[in-house]
Amino acid sequence: MAIKLLLENAHIEGIRYYEAYRKNGGYRAVEKAFKMTPDEIVEEVKKSGLRGRGGAGFPTGMKWSFLAKPEGVPRHLVCNADESEPGTFKDRYLMEFLPHLFIEGLIISSFALGSNLTYIYIRGEYSWIPDILEQAIQEAKNNGWLGKNILGSGFDCEIYVQRGGGAYICGEETALIESLEGKRGNPRIKPPFPAIQGVWMRPTVVNNVETIAAVVPIINMTGEEYAKIGIGRSTGTKLLSVCGNVNKPGVYEIDMTISVEEFIYSDEYCGGIPNGKRLKACIPGGSSVPIVPANLLFKTAKGETRYMNYESLSDGGFATGTMMGSGGFIVLDEDQCVVRHTMTLARFYNHESCGQCSPCREGTGWMYKILKNIEYGKGKISDIDLLWDIQRKIEGNTICPLGDAAAWPVAAAIRHFRDEFEWHVLHPDEAQKRNFGLAHYADPLPVVTA
Amino acid sequence: MSEVQNFKVTIDNITLEVPPGTTILNAARMIGGEVTPPAMCYYSKLQGSGGKCRTCLVEVSKGSEKDPRPMPKLVASCRTTVMDGMEVKNITSEKVLDARKGVVEMLLINHPLDCPVCDQAGECHLQDLSYEHGGSGTRYEFDRRTFEKEDIGEYISLHMTRCILCYRCVYTAEQLTERREHGVLERGDHAEISTLLGKSLDNEFIGNVIDVCPVGALTDKTFRFKNRVWFTKPVDAHCNCTKCSGKVRLWMRGDEVFRVTARKDKWGEVEEWICNDCRFHKKDVKDWTIEGPSKIDRHSVIGQGHYVGLKKTPILIDKVIGKNPKMLMDIHDVSDVNKPEIHLSQIQGPAHSDDFQKKDK
Repeated sequence: MAIKLLLENAHIEGIRYYEAYRKNGGYRAVEKAFKMTPDEIVEEVKKSGLRGRGGAGFPTGMKWSFLAKPEGVPRHLVCNADESEPGTFKDRYLMEFLPHLFIEGLIISSFALGSNLTYIYIRGEYSWIPDILEQAIQEAKNNGWLGKNILGSGFDCEIYVQRGGGAYICGEETALIESLEGKRGNPRIKPPFPAIQGVWMRPTVVNNVETIAAVVPIINMTGEEYAKIGIGRSTGTKLLSVCGNVNKPGVYEIDMTISVEEFIYSDEYCGGIPNGKRLKACIPGGSSVPIVPANLLFKTAKGETRYMNYESLSDGGFATGTMMGSGGFIVLDEDQCVVRHTMTLARFYNHESCGQCSPCREGTGWMYKILKNIEYGKGKISDIDLLWDIQRKIEGNTICPLGDAAAWPVAAAIRHFRDEFEWHVLHPDEAQKRNFGLAHYADPLPVVTA
Repeated sequence: MSEVQNFKVTIDNITLEVPPGTTILNAARMIGGEVTPPAMCYYSKLQGSGGKCRTCLVEVSKGSEKDPRPMPKLVASCRTTVMDGMEVKNITSEKVLDARKGVVEMLLINHPLDCPVCDQAGECHLQDLSYEHGGSGTRYEFDRRTFEKEDIGEYISLHMTRCILCYRCVYTAEQLTERREHGVLERGDHAEISTLLGKSLDNEFIGNVIDVCPVGALTDKTFRFKNRVWFTKPVDAHCNCTKCSGKVRLWMRGDEVFRVTARKDKWGEVEEWICNDCRFHKKDVKDWTIEGPSKIDRHSVIGQGHYVGLKKTPILIDKVIGKNPKMLMDIHDVSDVNKPEIHLSQIQGPAHSDDFQKKDK
């Protein structure tokens, strides 16, 4: 049986409300945390080996210890609930069904970082969730977990929910800060990093919802115990939001020791591919991470079994591996067309580019136009090389990671599915007729047995 | 006061010492010449500018003396400060040249390339950039982006299609004028410089946005289609202005003043901001006290004549790569126009072929 830390109580009726949450051991972690010093909490998080769950996987304890602490300057914690990565919906689940777990994590983290004013920046599309959060905040406040002098510790904390306008770019931490300040959501040029100059030019930590929620079990069970779950540097549990061609899409909590194969085919998790289809490819960490074909998904290039954790998924680099990312697990079966899929992603990044720096502003649109041509049977063979060259010139040359995020899916699709692109170019009539679901495609796929 | 320890930085094998806090770009500008990365959006006089165009990307092959690891990505030299012992590669790095070529191509794919009818042509930074760093053609085969035409007042004309979104004009309006009326609307590749609800830009110093614009997106309506910049002769002049310093550059042809701009330094940056009165209303020689011909660096078409007292850009190629490359042909040696004994600034009116032939005989 898998270990569940975050979703342990998710099935309990009324867990969304304070009474049920408190009855099931809620706010125990706050009580415990306020008996510790803030530095001890940071130390505990460091020991836990918790890595940022937003996508980059940066160790949270380290991020917290980077926070500048100048005398007399307020510090802020900002929670990044702008979950806009296509395929990712784990934070929505947490906020919608376990708002108090999230608020509890926020209170502890605010205390640890000395943030008297904590913000939740939530994406505009989640229009109903701010109400849930605000109700939870109000309930927490009524019961003395928030506000002035929490638990007699002398620590004040207020949490504000700020709705975003629904821009993908505002999930980038500095763009989020700009947007939070009421400006245009353009990413800032780093350095200075938010840990030195963030919201209102004050030291700021920006964390993902799941990272904040994971602080609660860490305090409850101590960092050392938390670090024992999982494997290597992938400690604790991770939420995965599964979508695409699987029997049981949804949000799953895994302890990062199970193999990818087990995750897709076991009945406990995704339950296999519907209609007896074969697996073609998978994007394991949200739309930005490289797509991997089935044969490289279950086994690494070295022939080792691939596990659902940070290290194993990125084994082999981008040539044969991918990334854990934000946990938006997208599964494609044999009927899905990679070209069309890549075009859709390119359109998304083109639409969401902020337009600040030139490679991303111009390059994403260019890639989309070329992909559209190829998908609709108007492409040329040279277009494939051109695409490769464009993505190479965007990647790493932009202000924020959106450029990279736009370049990687295109690069990986060409790297692994070049024959499919060529098929589209060489069979324009067929490509035009079946503009989706190309697929029993020229090359026999490796047969995967569960 | 304690002595500030200077940082030692090596750019393309040339070592120099700079005060802490200097950016790589400014350190490279102290050397000058080819090792200076091009900058389309950075403007030393505007706070917060830079980092957007990505043409000034350089490779940092050694972070500092303390932490000698190279930086993983190319960095924007205009916003990265030097560390002690930093080693930077600009024109000696293949990666940089390749990335820069890519950036130039990206900047040009939606640029209309209407240089023949553009008032900026001849002093356009994008022209220089694409000439120096770009490829020979484009691989872009789609329709170029267009915008609806917007009238932003009687002095400035806005051609959004030419804009490269450097944000310089936004910073200028923000930092120089009382009220910023324009900004960037929309996002991504349809982002545009615009005013909200068709306001016009009228502010004492708003004319300076024309000077800071690296391309022909913002041009002077009083000079619109009057002349090509390379036919007009730049002359430094001043007047007693109550609003600004009054130090300007006149662009003349014969006795006629075609255009007034601020004086620019060798990086194309305005030395002193001038007011709208000086820029748009004083189009008569009598308004000005003329100091003499402007000393313009060999930059763009406007600098191609041999001007008196010209300071040439140092040629550093032998220092950078350790040897002197053989040049096939220097156009300045064979062209009649560049005969060193002829000073264009001493010729009355525009230069004709007669002028050169006369001197020859």
